[in-house]
Amino acid sequence: MQKLADFKLPQFFNYPPYFTLQPVRDTREKQIQLWKELILDYCKSQKIFLIGVEEDFPLFSNSAIDRTLSHEARETFLSAIVGEGRAEWLDKGHRKCLILWHRIQDWADLILKFVRDNGLEDSVMTVEEIRSGTESYGTELQGIDRTILMRALKLLENKGKLALFKGTSADDEGVKFSV
Amino acid sequence: MASGSSNIGVSGLFENAEVTTSGRPVLRRNEVECFLLSSVDLDSEDDPPRFIALKSGNLILTTHRLIWIPSQSNAYVPSSVPLAAITQIFSHKKSIKAMFHSPRIRFQANPGSVVVTIVFRGKGDFDDFLTKFWECWRGRAWEEDEKIESETSRAGPGTGAQGLYGNDGTVRMVGLAGILRKEQEQWESTDKSLQDAFQDLNALMSKAKEMVSLAEKMRQKLLSAPSSQNGSTDDVEMGSKEEMQQLMLSVGIISPVTKESAGALYHQELSRQLADFVRIPLEQAGGMISLTDMYYHFNRARGTELISPDDLWQACTLWEKFDVPVMLRKFDSGVIVIQNKSHSDEEVMSRIRMLVNKAETLRTGVTASDAALTLKIAPAMAKEHLLTAETKGLLCRDMSPDGLRFYFNLFPEIDPTDLHIVKDFGTYGEWVKATSLLTV
Repeated sequence: MQKLADFKLPQFFNYPPYFTLQPVRDTREKQIQLWKELILDYCKSQKIFLIGVEEDFPLFSNSAIDRTLSHEARETFLSAIVGEGRAEWLDKGHRKCLILWHRIQDWADLILKFVRDNGLEDSVMTVEEIRSGTESYGTELQGIDRTILMRALKLLENKGKLALFKGTSADDEGVKFSV
Repeated sequence: MASGSSNIGVSGLFENAEVTTSGRPVLRRNEVECFLLSSVDLDSEDDPPRFIALKSGNLILTTHRLIWIPSQSNAYVPSSVPLAAITQIFSHKKSIKAMFHSPRIRFQANPGSVVVTIVFRGKGDFDDFLTKFWECWRGRAWEEDEKIESETSRAGPGTGAQGLYGNDGTVRMVGLAGILRKEQEQWESTDKSLQDAFQDLNALMSKAKEMVSLAEKMRQKLLSAPSSQNGSTDDVEMGSKEEMQQLMLSVGIISPVTKESAGALYHQELSRQLADFVRIPLEQAGGMISLTDMYYHFNRARGTELISPDDLWQACTLWEKFDVPVMLRKFDSGVIVIQNKSHSDEEVMSRIRMLVNKAETLRTGVTASDAALTLKIAPAMAKEHLLTAETKGLLCRDMSPDGLRFYFNLFPEIDPTDLHIVKDFGTYGEWVKATSLLTV
């Protein structure tokens, strides 16, 4: 079975009907389920947060069997993930999809764990430091999508676990933890 | 109704007439149906009555017989009188008394010189019937048969004067070529009336019988041929011979139901004849045949008496009213087919399952034309079956620039909680094996 980067593709990725949106309800439901799992698995392993429906997302075509998902199929599969709360459309036209293989709540928990692990309970960090600082190196927070990170931080702010304050530019937006 | 011993002596007058499952008379060789009337009684006016009256049935006049078939299945059995047994036909008297009566025609027949009265209780053209009755009786078609039979038994099969060749060995002017030439001559002579052109059509129709008998003769020859030269028959030759036989067989309806012969009962009788005819093509097509294909088969067999698609449609829709073993079926896509009532989708489904389960087709899927070849049916039908199989979850589809293909549906076998697991047993495993053979 071929691989995409270091991601091992399942056998059925070479099954031509997998790339045609099935018209029969039962079959389609199962197909959608399989696509949902595959997209989430892949995004998690490759740390992909954003899928553009019209862009060349590696999973959406298989050159080995010369099949590509139609626009309708892509939107159907992504909408199914959105419907489960594991993704969100970023625009009304359904062209960009934010993939949440961890829900916002889970990301917030990961941040709290990160704070505790590093003894940062009462310290101040910039948002950018959380994404790319030395402390986050090797954790799941490394390289996290900024939109998702901000949403998780806002959730924690609402719970009184931290305070966000603005700097002079977006780069130095700051976080004061009070865990 | 008569009872007692008086009718026993002449019970030999009526023979039991064979009818098909859909209630059409079974005609003998070269017998042609000429007229049909409904609501007819056959009665004896003698006192005491000399046979039990046959009440309310359809009367069919053929070149050989008068056939009476009960309109409902009641106590009566279909009966017939050979025209050969008729000794006299009495013209009906135009009297004041006759004006108040239902129209009737009387004839005398052997054995026992019984006088039978035909009483017409329904509508219909009795004068036409009488004319035809006279024509058929005087035509003595049965004598011709006997003559041919004695001739062929004397000279051996195939050498009779019937067919394409005349007694002197020259090719007779038959079929379309002959008609066309006659037509040509008529165009040239402008004083000929249009009436002549119609007579020409009649000539073509009278030839139709000849053509059918020729076809039958050739079929018999083909049937006997392999036994005479056994050993040298290779498959290709056998194949073409079989094909030829099929062609000959399909020429077959000697006595097609026509508007002329059946009148008001045209569609009803057509419907019955169609139900009888459809059996063999249906069997060959695997129990289901499209209306278009049937139209072709039926008109081919009818030869000159072609019917319109609308007539075919009407005849088919009438099946609901009769107890016939075939029915119409409309698919979701709008395709209409004829199928046996006993035909089950299960059988077709299991054949499709076999087809898509082979290692080769597991990997490549099937198109409608692939399925048509395997199932020996028309591609349009094959597609319907494949779509049905898809709806049932047996197949799933693959749309690509190359067209629509159907694959065995593997989706139910794949475990969504572990995308990489492939069980050793099951079709998914077979499919993985079939595809990996190619990539390794």
